[in-house]
Amino acid sequence: MDKQELLRLEQKVADLRALCLLTTYDAGSGHIGGGMSVMDILAVLYHKIMKIDIKNPNWEDRDRMIMSKGHAGIAHASVLADLGFIDKKDLKTFNLTGSKLGIHLDSNKVAGVDASTGSLGHGLSMASGIALAGKINNKDYITYCILGDGECNEGAIWESAMAISHFKITNLVTIVDRNKCMIDGRTESVMALEPFADKWRAFGFEVVEVDGHSIPELVSALEKAKNGAKTAEKPTVIIANTIKGAGINYMEDDYRWHYGAIDEKKYNEANLSLKAYHEKRIKA
Amino acid sequence: MAGSLTYTAVETTKLSTSEVYGKTLVELGAKDKKVVALTADLAQSTKIGMFGDAYPDRFFNVGIAEQNMIGMASGMAKAGLIPFVSSFSVFTSLRCADQVHSDVCYQNLNVKIIATHGGTSFGQAGSTHHAIEDIAVMRSFVNMTVIIPADGIETANAVKMAHKTPGPFYIRINRGFDNVFYDKEDYGFEIGKAVKVCEGTDLTIIATGSCVFQAREASKILNASGIKARVLNIHTIKPIDKEAILSAVKDTRRIITVEDHSVIGGLGSAVAEVIAGSGKGCAFRMLGLQDKFSPIGLHEDLMAMHEIDANGIVKNAGELLKADFEADEDWSDDI
Repeated sequence: MDKQELLRLEQKVADLRALCLLTTYDAGSGHIGGGMSVMDILAVLYHKIMKIDIKNPNWEDRDRMIMSKGHAGIAHASVLADLGFIDKKDLKTFNLTGSKLGIHLDSNKVAGVDASTGSLGHGLSMASGIALAGKINNKDYITYCILGDGECNEGAIWESAMAISHFKITNLVTIVDRNKCMIDGRTESVMALEPFADKWRAFGFEVVEVDGHSIPELVSALEKAKNGAKTAEKPTVIIANTIKGAGINYMEDDYRWHYGAIDEKKYNEANLSLKAYHEKRIKA
Repeated sequence: MAGSLTYTAVETTKLSTSEVYGKTLVELGAKDKKVVALTADLAQSTKIGMFGDAYPDRFFNVGIAEQNMIGMASGMAKAGLIPFVSSFSVFTSLRCADQVHSDVCYQNLNVKIIATHGGTSFGQAGSTHHAIEDIAVMRSFVNMTVIIPADGIETANAVKMAHKTPGPFYIRINRGFDNVFYDKEDYGFEIGKAVKVCEGTDLTIIATGSCVFQAREASKILNASGIKARVLNIHTIKPIDKEAILSAVKDTRRIITVEDHSVIGGLGSAVAEVIAGSGKGCAFRMLGLQDKFSPIGLHEDLMAMHEIDANGIVKNAGELLKADFEADEDWSDDI
C-alpha cells in the first residue's frame, strides 16, 4: 500500500469517527465506545477490502459484512451513510421514534446491512451460513464477521467456531474487536478471555493479531485472509487489539463508555480530541 | 394440491411419520437444488439423514449445537438457499429459541424447521425430551407459520407446502408411528384452513396432531350414544382458521380442544383467543397437559393419562354436554 492510499484511508477513518460522534451527539447518546474501537476495521473493510456496489446493495456477488456486535450499529450506520447506502439525513433520525435507524440495525430496513443482529453470539453462525452457501452456489464472495470480545463469552460463538473449522469455511474472515471492555467492566475481570488467541487456535483457526488502529496492519491481515479464501487450510480470525473510545481522550480504555450520553460540552471536547488524534496519525 | 407422492397411502402404514418426512424431503431435493438440510446430531432420529444420504453435499450435521444450526440455516437462507432444519421439538423451540426469534423470524427468512418427537411422543425419555411448550413459543413468534400434521400423509402435504411458501415454518411431528388418519393426500390440505373431519351439531372437538385420530375415534363412540360431535383438524395453529372456529361456536355452542401440549399457550389458547375476540360465549374445555410435567411412559399411556385419547375426550365431552352456559341465541349483536 503506497503512502497516498494510506493517507486516503487515514482521512476516511477520521471523517467516519467524526460522523459517528456527531450522530451520537444528535441522538443524545449511543454506543460510542465500541463505535470508536471498531471504526478502523470498518473503514478498511468498506473502503479497501470489500467488493460492494452501492447502487445495488443486494448484488448477489457482493462481499458480506455481518456486524455480530450489533450494538456498533451507530458506527456501521455512519459508514453506510457516508458511502451512500443510506441518506446522511437519516442519521439525524437515529433512535427517534419511527426511524429506520436504531441501536441495532435491521437488515430488512437498512440498505447495506447484511444481517440483523443485537442478541450477541448470533452473527458468526449466520456469517458461516452465508459463506457456506457461497461455496454451494459457486460464488466467489467473501464474508466478513466482526465480533466483540465480550461477545465471545457466548457459547454460540464457540459452537460456530467449531463448525467453521470443521467445514473448512475459509471464505469467511472473522475479526474480533478486542477492546478488552464490556458493560460491567474489563473483560478479564468480568469473564476472563485470555489466553484468547490460544482458544481460537485450539478451535482450528489461523490467528493473526494486529493493532486494530493500524491501517497498514489491518489491510495486510485482511488481504492475506481474503486471498486465502480458496486455498487456506484453516479459517482465519484476526484479533484486532483496539482501545475502547479510541481517539476521544476522556473515553479511551474506559469500560464505562460502552454506552453514554454526549452533551454539547462533551461533543466539543471529543471533536477536538478526535482532530488531534487523527492529525497525529496522519503526520506519522 | 402439493404434487403427487411417489409412494402410496398403504406404504405410509409401514413408514414412521418422520420417514415420510425424510422421503418427501429427498423428493424436494431432487427437484430443487436450493434445498439444503441441517441437523444437530439427530440425522437418524429425525430422518433428515435420508436427505443427507441422497445429497451429501447439501447436508450439514453441525453436531450437538442447535443455536449454531439455526444461525447457519439463517445465513444460508439469506444467500438464497432453502434450509430444512431438524432436531427434537423441545430443542428447536427452547434451546435455540433466541436464534429462531431473532435470526429466522425477525429477518423473516425462508427457514423450515421440521421438529420431531413432538408432545409426549418420546414419552419414555422424560420431561427433558417432552415438547409441551413448543406451540406456545413458536406461535408467539412474528412471521412464523406453525403446523402440526395429523399423520404421515399430512406431514408430506405440510412439508411440500412449506417448501413452496416463502417464510419461516415450524412443523411439529411425532416420534415413531402415528395412527394413519388420511388414506389419500388430496383431501384439501391448505395452510390456515381447518379440515372438517366429522359433521356434528351437539359439540365440536377441535384437535391437532395425533389427537385428530383420537378425536375421530371419540366422535364414533359418542355417535353410538346419539351425540353428534363435529371434529375439526386444525393442523395449522398459526395462522388459525377463525372462520371454522366461529362456525363451530355458532353451530354447536360447545367446544373441546385436544392437544399433546400444555393447555397454556397452545391450540386451546389459540382457539380461546378467537372465541373471546368474537364476543360470543360457549361451553369450553381445553384438554392437554394441565400445567404439569408429564410422567415417563409410553405415548399411548400418557395420552390416556392426560385425557387426550378417545376415552378421555368422550369423558370430557359427556361432562361438557351437562355444563350450563348462558344461552345467547341472538347472533346479530356481534361486537
